[in-house]
Amino acid sequence: MAGIGKITRAALAVFALLLPALPAVAQQPTLEIDVTGGVIEPVPFAVPGFIPENAAAAPVAAQITQVIASDLIGTGLFREIPPQAYISGVSNFNAPVQFADWRAINAQALIVGAVSVQGNKLTVKFRLFDVFAQVPMGQGVQFTGTPESWRRIAHKVSDAVYSRLTGEGGYFDSKVVFVSESGPKGDRLKRLAIMDYDGANLEYLTDNSTIVLSPRFSPDNSQILYTSYETGEPRIYLMDLASRNRQTFPSLVGTSFAPRFAPDGERIVFSQTKRGNTDVFTLDIRTGRETRLTTSPAIDTSPSFSPDGKRVVFASDRGGSQQLYVMSANGGDARRISFGTGSYSTPVWSPRGDLVAFTKIENGRFHIGVMRIDGSQERLLTASFLDEGPTWSPNGRVLMFFRETSGASGAPEIYAVDITGRNLRQVPTPEFASDPAWSGLLK
Amino acid sequence: MNIPRNVKRTALVLGLLTTAACSTTGGGLFGNGANGAGGAGNGQIEETSLAYFQQTIGDTVLFAVNQTGLTPTAMAILDQQAAWLVANPTVTILIEGHADERGTRDYNMALGSRRASAVRDYLVAKGVADSRISVISYGRERPLAICSDESCWSKNRRAVTIVTSGAPLG
Repeated sequence: MAGIGKITRAALAVFALLLPALPAVAQQPTLEIDVTGGVIEPVPFAVPGFIPENAAAAPVAAQITQVIASDLIGTGLFREIPPQAYISGVSNFNAPVQFADWRAINAQALIVGAVSVQGNKLTVKFRLFDVFAQVPMGQGVQFTGTPESWRRIAHKVSDAVYSRLTGEGGYFDSKVVFVSESGPKGDRLKRLAIMDYDGANLEYLTDNSTIVLSPRFSPDNSQILYTSYETGEPRIYLMDLASRNRQTFPSLVGTSFAPRFAPDGERIVFSQTKRGNTDVFTLDIRTGRETRLTTSPAIDTSPSFSPDGKRVVFASDRGGSQQLYVMSANGGDARRISFGTGSYSTPVWSPRGDLVAFTKIENGRFHIGVMRIDGSQERLLTASFLDEGPTWSPNGRVLMFFRETSGASGAPEIYAVDITGRNLRQVPTPEFASDPAWSGLLK
Repeated sequence: MNIPRNVKRTALVLGLLTTAACSTTGGGLFGNGANGAGGAGNGQIEETSLAYFQQTIGDTVLFAVNQTGLTPTAMAILDQQAAWLVANPTVTILIEGHADERGTRDYNMALGSRRASAVRDYLVAKGVADSRISVISYGRERPLAICSDESCWSKNRRAVTIVTSGAPLG
């Protein structure tokens, strides 16, 4: 419980101040990265070690610099110029930048920062420069927090840099909740875990005494919904992350699973099975009142709200194979949106509202893909023995999912891929890992 | 209690041949036959016993890919399960529905529920009181066979009838 409390406290403590701009230069920045598909060659950047402004800041300044570089490199959009190539260093945060020295080593973006630690207060400030245009990109920004929150502050710097370079929101100051797995395939032990988006600061939220599945964040990132076999049959629970208190929904009878929050955080949408038939329902968290959205004798599952809360996308085999359908958040007629070959499932509406990510099974292979809400422009991003369960980055540009290998020793790991299909990479976890869910940006 | 799979198979086949006998009073004849053919036991299995239910009748029925309908083989096993349950009216059961690993977690959860419900509905139609039956889906979470080809998947698409209480002693 300590860690989650820490996060909450850190969230309250971290705030940003704009620093005064450097002397104005007539030229405008020209450096802009297109994240939508044009980028093939990563943009070179330099991030000289953030300057420790007092002795206590030296170790953490080095760590912060390393995390920022790692965040940016991990996007696949940028590459770091190694410090060994530097012609000049940066010894003073306010000193004029020697643009010619950075240009000579082809650093297109330059990040300069400084760190101080005074008592229980960590202060980190940074400036971003367009080296070729020889101008700052935006104003300098200062973040403060507790020394323990240094990773979060580093991610906030990365988010600001990413945002200025791409024009998109960032995704580094975020969490992932998932199912950590151990033990043999036939009798797997599962427990809920939460970590930073990059795998750091892992904590376990439940023990592994019972099967737990598919955790999902509330819109404010303070709670998670998940499914547990605690009472013997699959049932939806709600956990408060700060207190770790759990509650169930007494009005749910029988098997309930695949829950997700509505964007207002007041309702959930989920699957419930009655007499063997699985339909989609919503439930008002405060009143416990349940509303049935589908009545088909088919399997209707994996529902996900649109960001405006007005519609729900879900998977159904009412037409034979599993396909994706969209209906009003009040139920009623559902319109099929997937028409390709194979079967489609686990649809998740993007935070931007423009795309649906899904799992597709075709010819014995599993894929993660995206399509527009009307079903057009389907793109498959991955392929393997088993790729499943995409979850969106806060800015709608990256998907995490899990990939399970085949065979008696087959096991799942978490991966991420850009919606361009590029930059597939594994997210490190200490045990096997499945069912990732990405939070929104932390506050 | 586990017995070698091939022995269980043999027992099931014999079970099919002698369904009529089983549904009357039968006696020890059937149990002897199964044990003799399989070479597994040195004693008789009482027809009212739990071991008889699990081994001789068989507690598991299998399903085709993405299907929840009962095959003729499954129905023959369930006919015997129903007869045994009618003959042992204090017994309550839990039916577990399972799926193979070739579908998504959510879909397999629903599929497992449907399979367990198909078995329940069949047993109820054969005279077992609904109130004696619970169902649960494990989706793809608890595979019995763990290789990644059809030889394992076909064993994992299953519904298992588990006696939860009221089993006759011995």
